[in-house]
Amino acid sequence: MINISKLKFSYTPERSISFPDFLLSKGEHCLLLGESGSGKTTLLHLMGGLLRGYTGSIQLAGSELSSLSEGGLDKFRGKNIGFIFQKNHLISALSVEKNVIMSPYLAGVEIDSKHAQEILVELGLGEKINSSVKEISQGQAQRVAIARAVMNHPSVILADEPTSALDDKNCERVIALLLDVATRNNSTLVVATHDQRLKDKIKKQIIL
Amino acid sequence: MNVLVLVWSYLKAKPLNTVLNIVLLALGIAVITVLLLFNKQLEEKISSNAKGIDLVVGAKGSPLQLILCNIFHIDFPTGNINLKEAEQISRSRLIRKAVPLALGDSYQSYRIVGTTIEYCSLYHLELAQGKLWNHELETTIGANVSEGLKLKVGDTFQSTHGLVEGGSGHEEQKFVVQGIFKRTNTVVDNLILTSVETVWHVHEHAATDSSAHEEHEDHPEHDSTFVASRLIPTHEAGDSTKEVTSLLIQYRSPMAAIQLPRMINGESKLQAASPAFETARLFSILGVGVDILTGFAYVLIFISALSVFIALYNSLKERRYDLAIMRSMGASKAKLFVNVLLEGVTLTFLGSVFGLLLGHSILVILGAAVEETQKAGITGFVFYSAEWIILAGSLLLGIVCALIPALQAYRTDISKVLASN
Repeated sequence: MINISKLKFSYTPERSISFPDFLLSKGEHCLLLGESGSGKTTLLHLMGGLLRGYTGSIQLAGSELSSLSEGGLDKFRGKNIGFIFQKNHLISALSVEKNVIMSPYLAGVEIDSKHAQEILVELGLGEKINSSVKEISQGQAQRVAIARAVMNHPSVILADEPTSALDDKNCERVIALLLDVATRNNSTLVVATHDQRLKDKIKKQIIL
Repeated sequence: MNVLVLVWSYLKAKPLNTVLNIVLLALGIAVITVLLLFNKQLEEKISSNAKGIDLVVGAKGSPLQLILCNIFHIDFPTGNINLKEAEQISRSRLIRKAVPLALGDSYQSYRIVGTTIEYCSLYHLELAQGKLWNHELETTIGANVSEGLKLKVGDTFQSTHGLVEGGSGHEEQKFVVQGIFKRTNTVVDNLILTSVETVWHVHEHAATDSSAHEEHEDHPEHDSTFVASRLIPTHEAGDSTKEVTSLLIQYRSPMAAIQLPRMINGESKLQAASPAFETARLFSILGVGVDILTGFAYVLIFISALSVFIALYNSLKERRYDLAIMRSMGASKAKLFVNVLLEGVTLTFLGSVFGLLLGHSILVILGAAVEETQKAGITGFVFYSAEWIILAGSLLLGIVCALIPALQAYRTDISKVLASN
């Protein structure tokens, strides 16, 4: 599903970073571990096609990302990748359900609002479907972000520090939820983190 | 979910900003709309009132006053002219038609105009009810007079001396309504038409009441040597004791436009004024005020455009994350560009729609509250094609205002924005 080899990215001509090769099969989960500044976010952005201009190879769901045009990359992202960020970045002007529906809308795929509601119910947000995202708690917001990421049945879920701002109890819940959702979707989950608490949750680990 | 829902959600999330932008633009557009409707209708009224009348001849004085009084019936007469002199002028071969007017009386602020049947053909008047005036003190009234004063065929009323309400009454003279004209949307709707003799008669009585002045002549119709006046067929020609207020003249040929005014103004004690020329002069005087108002409206529109631009620019700064997230969910650059553009266009579109509605409402209210606007026949219930131009212009304005913020959205560096938290 994911094949990284000889990957190198230059921030500036003087500053560049190389990444270790690794291979993930469909449905396999993995941790990207490393201190701040070790390039976790950069690698995640490269894998998600948010950053371009690398050397080496990133193959995701059978496509070499550098061969896609910018517009093609947008479509590819919409179809194959779900993002989860440390801050949830929900769109505050929209309701909980609309935030989730944004995902298929922006990706240009068919909008299945029944599916959106099912996901929200599964994640325990059944009563908040029509609430404004300003009215819900931080934990609930994180779950909306997860719902949004899995809405389009992505083959890859990329999570950037999803737990580092949470206390132990919520950290447990979120990682369990992520693993559960990813497994149910048969998605490959990649979690970039420096959070030591996650070390024993996911066996496969890549250290940067 | 579609693009309009998204745009609307963003606008709704900042209700005060959105309302401010819409109100600002609406005010500017409303002023423009009112000016447009007012000007257009005024121009239409003026041209329809002055249609077919090439020249007005009356006593010396202000030419504009002569036109205002004798065509639009709003100002006071410049004085009277001798019937005999008027007849001499009307003999000119350059003239196709000359219609005398005798003004001076009114009823409840509606003017009584003494004239001949020729006046009806000048304005293409048609009767709605009854018949034309024939004998003294018989009148045929305009549609507004009939509606405004609830006058029907057969009703009688007493006129007032002077053209304003509350003048001294001509008490023993009772006018009779013989007929009512169909609505023409010209000044005639506000007039009470009668014969020239009626006006003379009423005034002679007024004069003899105060100090015995002169005996009223016998009716000349009975005289065997009677030669009818060119102007007033029922009256004897060459009567220098009688006066009229003015003559409305229609030229026989374009040559007359060059020769006749010069001849009248230069060789007689009378004055000739051209409605086309004087109304153009009037508009150039009014034009200053209109220009100032128009300028004011453009300033309002400019400020609202600036406000829309600043609102979008600022909200886009706050929305950098939103935009980056949207890109991470697969939105193309073009989609975000169009989204922001549409937000600006929606604001200006709503602003101009409300502005047009407001402009029309102002004129509707003005028409209901101010009698003069009603009499002038200016209403808020007409639409001009220029309003489409206003609407299209506002859409263009929205695009211009949103262009820079939309370009920012287009250029958002997703990775940088997402990594910067």
